[in-house]
Amino acid sequence: MSLKIVDTPKEAARHKRNPGYPLDLDWVGQVRMNRSALERRAGTIGARRSVKKEHQLAWLLKAVALMDLTTLNSDDTPGRVERLCAKARNPIRPDLVEALGVKHLGITPAAVCVYHNFVATAVEALDGTGIPVAAVSTAFPHGLTPLDIRLAEIKASVADGAQEIDIVIERGMVLNGDWQGLYEQVRAMREACGDAHIKTILGTGELATLTNVAKASLVCMLAGADFIKTSTGKEKVNATLPTSLAMVRMIRWFYQETGIEIGYKPAGGIAKAKDALTYMALMKEELGRGWLEPHLFRFGASSLLTDIERQIEHGLTGHYAADYRMAMA
Amino acid sequence: MSKVAEIFETLDYGLAPEAPGPALDWLKANGGKFGHFIDGGFTKPGKTFASINPANGEKLAEISDGTKADVDKAVKAARAAFKDWSQLSGFERAKYLYAIARQIQRESRLFAVLETLDNGKPIRESRDADIPLVARHFYHHAGWAQHIDKAFPDHVPYGVCGQIIPWNFPLLMLAWKIAPALAAGNTVVLKPAEFTSLTALLFAQICARIGLPKGVVNIVTGAGETGEAIVNHPDIDKIAFTGSTEVGKIIRRATAGSGKGLSLELGGKSPFVVFDDADLDSAVEGLVDAIWFNQGQVCCAGSRLLIQESVEEKFIAKVKARMATLRVGDPLDKSIDIGAMVDPVQVARVQDLLKQGAKEGGTVYAPDGTMPEKGCFLRPTLVTGISPAHILASEEIFGPVLVAMSFRTPEEAVALANNTRYGLAASVWTENINLALDLAPKIKAGVVWINSTNQFDAAVGFGGYRESGFGREGGREGMAAYLKPSWEKALKATPVLKLATPISDPVSAGIDRTAKLYIGGKQARPDSGYARAIHGADGRLVGEVGEGNRKDIRNAVEAARGALGWGAKTAHLRSQILYYLGENLDYRKAEFAERLRALTGASANAAKREVDLSVERLFAFAGWADKYDGAVHNPPARMLAAGIVEPIGVLAIAAPDEMPLLGAISLLAPAIAMGNTVVLVPSDPHPLAITDFYQVMETSDVPGGVVNIVTGPKRELSKTLAEHDGVDGIWFAGSLEDSAMIEAASAGNVKQSWTTRGLGYDWSDKAIMESDYLLARATQIKNVWIPYGA
Repeated sequence: MSLKIVDTPKEAARHKRNPGYPLDLDWVGQVRMNRSALERRAGTIGARRSVKKEHQLAWLLKAVALMDLTTLNSDDTPGRVERLCAKARNPIRPDLVEALGVKHLGITPAAVCVYHNFVATAVEALDGTGIPVAAVSTAFPHGLTPLDIRLAEIKASVADGAQEIDIVIERGMVLNGDWQGLYEQVRAMREACGDAHIKTILGTGELATLTNVAKASLVCMLAGADFIKTSTGKEKVNATLPTSLAMVRMIRWFYQETGIEIGYKPAGGIAKAKDALTYMALMKEELGRGWLEPHLFRFGASSLLTDIERQIEHGLTGHYAADYRMAMA
Repeated sequence: MSKVAEIFETLDYGLAPEAPGPALDWLKANGGKFGHFIDGGFTKPGKTFASINPANGEKLAEISDGTKADVDKAVKAARAAFKDWSQLSGFERAKYLYAIARQIQRESRLFAVLETLDNGKPIRESRDADIPLVARHFYHHAGWAQHIDKAFPDHVPYGVCGQIIPWNFPLLMLAWKIAPALAAGNTVVLKPAEFTSLTALLFAQICARIGLPKGVVNIVTGAGETGEAIVNHPDIDKIAFTGSTEVGKIIRRATAGSGKGLSLELGGKSPFVVFDDADLDSAVEGLVDAIWFNQGQVCCAGSRLLIQESVEEKFIAKVKARMATLRVGDPLDKSIDIGAMVDPVQVARVQDLLKQGAKEGGTVYAPDGTMPEKGCFLRPTLVTGISPAHILASEEIFGPVLVAMSFRTPEEAVALANNTRYGLAASVWTENINLALDLAPKIKAGVVWINSTNQFDAAVGFGGYRESGFGREGGREGMAAYLKPSWEKALKATPVLKLATPISDPVSAGIDRTAKLYIGGKQARPDSGYARAIHGADGRLVGEVGEGNRKDIRNAVEAARGALGWGAKTAHLRSQILYYLGENLDYRKAEFAERLRALTGASANAAKREVDLSVERLFAFAGWADKYDGAVHNPPARMLAAGIVEPIGVLAIAAPDEMPLLGAISLLAPAIAMGNTVVLVPSDPHPLAITDFYQVMETSDVPGGVVNIVTGPKRELSKTLAEHDGVDGIWFAGSLEDSAMIEAASAGNVKQSWTTRGLGYDWSDKAIMESDYLLARATQIKNVWIPYGA
């Protein structure tokens, strides 16, 4: 099967993939994360930056473009995935797009994210859109199967046309400080991905401390991750702002040391338009405007899109909107 | 391209202004012109001055310039209201404070917008910090009002309190002053700062609205002269001031000898200490909250960055990068980090200091970025290449200017942190709790924030060491500043001591003996080379003591400073030594009683009793030494705030002339029990009662320098001590006139003072003298904030 080459944004075209680096345990040892201070910063970021009116509308549109539209449920079927892909083709109600004057921007979500079994379905359903398919992989969500099976799973998804692979790490390795083991596994997964981009899901809600989260972020980046991602959405605690702060600060540090830009993907629990704006403000404040592009920032989300549509309609008309009037994903 | 499509590319924040309409409407509804709030109502505006919005230079309102007559009227109203107000039940007063808190919350947005218009601070801060803290303060103190009889038995309010507040946190400082004063049963006359009176006037309307009894709260607006009229008013019982150290000293001198209670919350140059093992990015964010909060116009601003040399370069680069993302502009915009300075005069002051700093070789950095075209705005600024000898390192700038210096070791960090005449606050950043808690007690500051900064809460005391003032606001110690023991009000003037006319009888009964001074654990000859004759009750020569002078005081203070490690010894050890002193005095009680009889002419029984009580007093404070300790507070955050009781430092004590042994020991025992080192000037006529005591100290293992005794002219020696910058506090027992002199002289380094003002304290009254009365005066509270979380 051949993948259609689509227009790549300039920034993304210039973007240099993370080649991976040797594991530097001294560096890992230098990581310090103070939860109280991170929580304080995270708690004020929404209050320090608010966007209103047209600015809010533009930011919400951007949030759509930064979205990995996702379905990851045990009862997913091809029909369900096709419906999601149809929504991805037309994420925002056409009359709203028209009224905003942004039709020419051709805004779509950054990717559609599914289980391996639906990769082929999604690739077909998205044919011609340029929207890549992302597959969760490596025994998602727990990651606890033999490594060769997990690597084979990656290869199968790539073979089916997935351009992005969201792997999960073994949380126990972090809890036991087995950085070497973690590094080697991620490295092997990165190789298995080939040209597909690799997002490493840390399962932050199960890593106990923010220092663990930060160290795991660094080890994954050293191993060649293109993105670091918080959660599978299946842990008890998913993406939070303090966790995000710890991770994006590791991305910043990694960039300062290597010149390589790593993407960030918070996932799980981001369901409201207001939350999306706060995350975007956090990215802009900590990493700069350049990081607010799909090759460097994604929301893992499912119900977020409808809330954004509602807020856009409200912003345009001044009336509050109802979800049943937006097309279901 | 549509506007939205354009922003889709830039992702700018755009404007997010808070509407000033309701606040402007409120000003208009009040005619744009205000009188004073006196006796429950507003006076007709008198001579007025303009209150200006510093963000755009526009006039907001006309404010009355309070005259002496206005202050008189306000004090009269407060006095008239005092009796009924103080006699209300705690619950009744609690209900009023609760009602104020509710009204503050109800009007929170109006207050926030008005504060921002008047002061220039970002709406985010007035909305999220100032006003919620104000409401919290009144809620907290409603509780104190109700529990005051149980929490402070046998205490009474001062009466009428004069309160003068600054312009940096106008309504919050009002709350810090008024809430505890009212809870304790005082009535108040408060003067807001002339730049920022508006929220105080809105507050006055709230007092009227909730039916607060007339005269309980009076607000007189005006500038320095109005404040002066309050400070000097004879019918005001206590002055509470927050503002500059310079004015604080003037107030200390002006109130000297008046018997007015006094609490001063003054300036600072607080250190922000970052170790190499800190979460450096979080420390950078802490700095933003430390020095770029409220445009740096914060008395406890972390304005001196002390960064460990090994990470200096890296950290400074991070600070600069962060500075570049701070947004300066319209304070009403919700996305602004730095608003307007309060007045052009402050802008000019900061710019002038920066010029001087640059001339001294400091490297001044300020990020680019858009600035408003008009209004009192300053860029966030960092000055590197600074040493303690530079003006920018020592002067309080009171603007968005951070100065940075490096250190190598924890010890050096402490030394640099303490290399200032101020002592308000400090931040310490490290992930090593052992290191953090090692530094916290070593830094001379009333507040220490570990891995955090600028945390405030009504339940946690706030106030300074050194020239940052004395007295605390918030918490139990803040309440204590508005109460006094009921017995204090009943004190009468000391009867004049009757001294015999000396008989010149050169014949001494025994071997000639001159008691030397006692300095640094050794007997020392007086510098003057003179001795003074001491005559007994019968006029005969009893012995001689050295004639101490200012050089002996200098030596004694050196010795006392050298012995400050006493305060870091365990309380158990201090307790043991006090017990030992008592034991050894008891062993020689017959001899001491005999000496007292000879000196004072006391009856055998009275002399025996004085010695017995002295032994008992030593035991009393030996018992207190390991029990008068701190508390852990519960601020509404995931933090501990540990209120730690610390000694004042070097305490000068001038003992009473009467009861020469018991009087001195009553003052000495609590002072050393709490870890102070002491320079003691004994009773003027009867110093031999105490010079004998140094033999007891020598046999009791009191470390050298902990107690130093200088005999000689008490008044002059005490004056030298009061003026000595190395003395941290002074207790003076003596006449009203001398007490006034001592209090005025103590203003130089804002030392804490306690004087008897010629009043007859009963040294033999155990209920008073063995209580925590003097312990509280021998100590200062440091609150250490310790956030936690895995």
